[in-house]
Amino acid sequence: MVNKRIDHPTGTETVGHEWDGIEELNTPLPRWWLWTFYATIVFAAVYVVLYPAWPMIDKATAGTLGWSSRGDLAKEMTAADMARQSVFEKIAATDIEALPANPELMQAAVSGGAAAFKVNCVQCHGAGAAGYQQFGYPNLNDDDWIWGGTLTEIEYTLTHGIRWQNADDTRVNYMPAFAGVLDAGQTAALAKHVLSLSGKATGNPVGAQLFAENCAACHGPAGAGMPAMGAPALNDAIWLYGGSEAAVRKQILAPRHGVMPAWKDRLDPVTIKMLAAYVHSRGGGQQAAPAQPDTQPARAVTQTADKVKTDG
Amino acid sequence: MADPRDWGGALGAPAPVAEPDLRHAELYAKGKTVHNKRIDGPFRRFKWLVMLVTLAIYYITPWIRWDRGPYAPDQAVLIDLANRRFYMFDIEIWPHEFYFVAGMLIMAGIGLFIVTSAVGRAWCGYACPQTVWTDVFQHVDRFFDGDRNARARLDKAPWGVAKTTRRLAKWAVYLAIAFWTGGAWIMYFADAPTLAVDFWTGNAAPVAYATVAILTGTTFWLGGFMREQVCVYMCPWPRIQTAMLDEKSLIVTYKDWRGEQRGSLKKAAKNPDQYGDCIDCNMCVAVCPTGVDIREGQQIGCITCGLCIDACDKVMVEVGRPRGLIDYATLDQCKAEAAGAPATPAWKALLRPRIFLYFGVWGAIGAGLLFALGTRTHTDLTVSPDRNPPYMLLKDGSVRNAYTLRLRNMEARPREMEVAMVGLPRGAVMWTDAVSIENAAPVQIIAVPANETKIVRAYVMLPPGTDEDDSEHFAFRLTSLDEQGEQDIAETTFAQPIPDTPEDDE
Repeated sequence: MVNKRIDHPTGTETVGHEWDGIEELNTPLPRWWLWTFYATIVFAAVYVVLYPAWPMIDKATAGTLGWSSRGDLAKEMTAADMARQSVFEKIAATDIEALPANPELMQAAVSGGAAAFKVNCVQCHGAGAAGYQQFGYPNLNDDDWIWGGTLTEIEYTLTHGIRWQNADDTRVNYMPAFAGVLDAGQTAALAKHVLSLSGKATGNPVGAQLFAENCAACHGPAGAGMPAMGAPALNDAIWLYGGSEAAVRKQILAPRHGVMPAWKDRLDPVTIKMLAAYVHSRGGGQQAAPAQPDTQPARAVTQTADKVKTDG
Repeated sequence: MADPRDWGGALGAPAPVAEPDLRHAELYAKGKTVHNKRIDGPFRRFKWLVMLVTLAIYYITPWIRWDRGPYAPDQAVLIDLANRRFYMFDIEIWPHEFYFVAGMLIMAGIGLFIVTSAVGRAWCGYACPQTVWTDVFQHVDRFFDGDRNARARLDKAPWGVAKTTRRLAKWAVYLAIAFWTGGAWIMYFADAPTLAVDFWTGNAAPVAYATVAILTGTTFWLGGFMREQVCVYMCPWPRIQTAMLDEKSLIVTYKDWRGEQRGSLKKAAKNPDQYGDCIDCNMCVAVCPTGVDIREGQQIGCITCGLCIDACDKVMVEVGRPRGLIDYATLDQCKAEAAGAPATPAWKALLRPRIFLYFGVWGAIGAGLLFALGTRTHTDLTVSPDRNPPYMLLKDGSVRNAYTLRLRNMEARPREMEVAMVGLPRGAVMWTDAVSIENAAPVQIIAVPANETKIVRAYVMLPPGTDEDDSEHFAFRLTSLDEQGEQDIAETTFAQPIPDTPEDDE
């Protein structure tokens, strides 16, 4: 029964309900609070009509505005592409060797290349572009280039790949396997001689003789390599398949040959150009001018990670 | 202090006893507009002064100019979010120095504690923006609709042409004030004169218009219509203050031992012994900006603005009784007075250990901030070594490491800075993306633009044969090449391959 009264200690009216002597004080909410609550209901009703809301069997109701987060993403991506369009056009129109002369354009190319690298290249060459020696994926940060380290040469390698059968102009060479040609003693002598070229072992006349007969044609008499045909330098500290005597012996007897896809069918020329710029900027890129020593890094503006604007 | 009635009073006057035929209790209280009566007195004048000062600070500050030279903005107070700088007169705060802002916020918090334990809810009563703007809007009400009774009458009057016109005009003024409030806010975030022109020519950033729109809306609604409801229902501060106040806190009190039994002058004239000093004129209720009855005791709706003291003092003078029937006092003082002790001057309430403790903490933080401000350098270097790959073996066997250097020039002028390597073996050289390897040297000079952090990718190379450990600790030292010669040192490591043991990898 409703039995309202004023509660003496608090001076507050009770709501009139009583359960075993327990009563409820009436401290009413302000009415505007209620209106705020109604306003949220109205908001929700309007929202349900305008935006995706009710989960149906395969997807939610679409809403009359046709909004979707995927649509937002597409819009933003389009806007970003539009914003980059002029830069892309400029990069496309610039000869790749002329890029470093335009630091702003080079920086844009390196940024774009860094993004594309994360999507397409890290699987083999690693996130830091340091490669994996045990699998023969070359390091792109150093100053040793099997097929040449100028912007043009890197771009060519990217475009046509290495030993990629589906590409006509792919870079290709094969080192013969010397298993069965050289016996164990000869192999050891040759390996020692190869290591001696970089001062890692003492030379021997047998090895030197074998080298001059079998290897110097491609690798050069002093083992300096021949980037034009992809013959690696043997007189430096960098070894694609390992620099121990055992590893060198293994490579002499049964050479391994890495394969890199040709990217011309998968990526557009601008992206390839930007990738070349990025790889070139990693600290070991070579100048195109023949007068320059080949250890010189690019004069190009290199890129720091936080300046990378687009993220693959 | 813990009279439970406080909470009842907080919700306005107790709900009127419902009509007997009503079967269910009212769950929602109807809003009632507070029509506070005009009053003059020392507290009202103090309130005017505080309002004037706070509004002047709010509206004028962004327009003060401050010359910082050609490389920094000339606005005295500027929160430059786009460039991540906070300018306040001679002080410029960078994001990494945000602890200054954090320290100031802590000081503001403790400052509120000091004020609360010293003079009660003075913040609520005088300085809180909600209080100040409510005061402004209540004066607009008075200007358009007259004083308390006229306003109450107009509220009840039917909506005719006259009332509608008046209301529209009043709300237009509300809106203008609200707009000005929102408009002033954005001036703190960009160059005020430029932004003002851009704003009116439609060239300002969308966020500026959105901010003004939102703040105009909230000011219009909270100041024009919600008013004391904000203090009673929305604001957390009154709740915190109820926990902070005690019997030694200065509050506005009605001295019931002196006022009760209240009764009109006429009744009191008939039976002088039965009645106290309160003549039940309701002036204290009429002038209250939040509409509470202070005679019910301490309550959450009381923002201790002191206007009821002004009103009551005036009445007491008129009826020839001593002032201070309603007055600032602590509950302890009230108890003592009721017991017959002479009235204690209100300032004695200030002598509390709590205040000295708060003040000590507040002052210590302030002194610490000032010390940090005075001793900070305007040159900073951070180094992050490349982690992938950690080192790079070059053809000739030398080892190269790459680092990202951040050279911070916090001066408002471009500076040349020298970067040197400390603690690397002889032969170590460095070059950056700006100078090629043939210019590699142990030291590089780098020009850092004014007020900027320059990010430099640096390569450090050790010639072959210098590897001892697999990683070598060393440091980059940054020295500004000017008369200050400020320095900063950033420690890092030089990673190297594990020394060759040729036969162990078979």
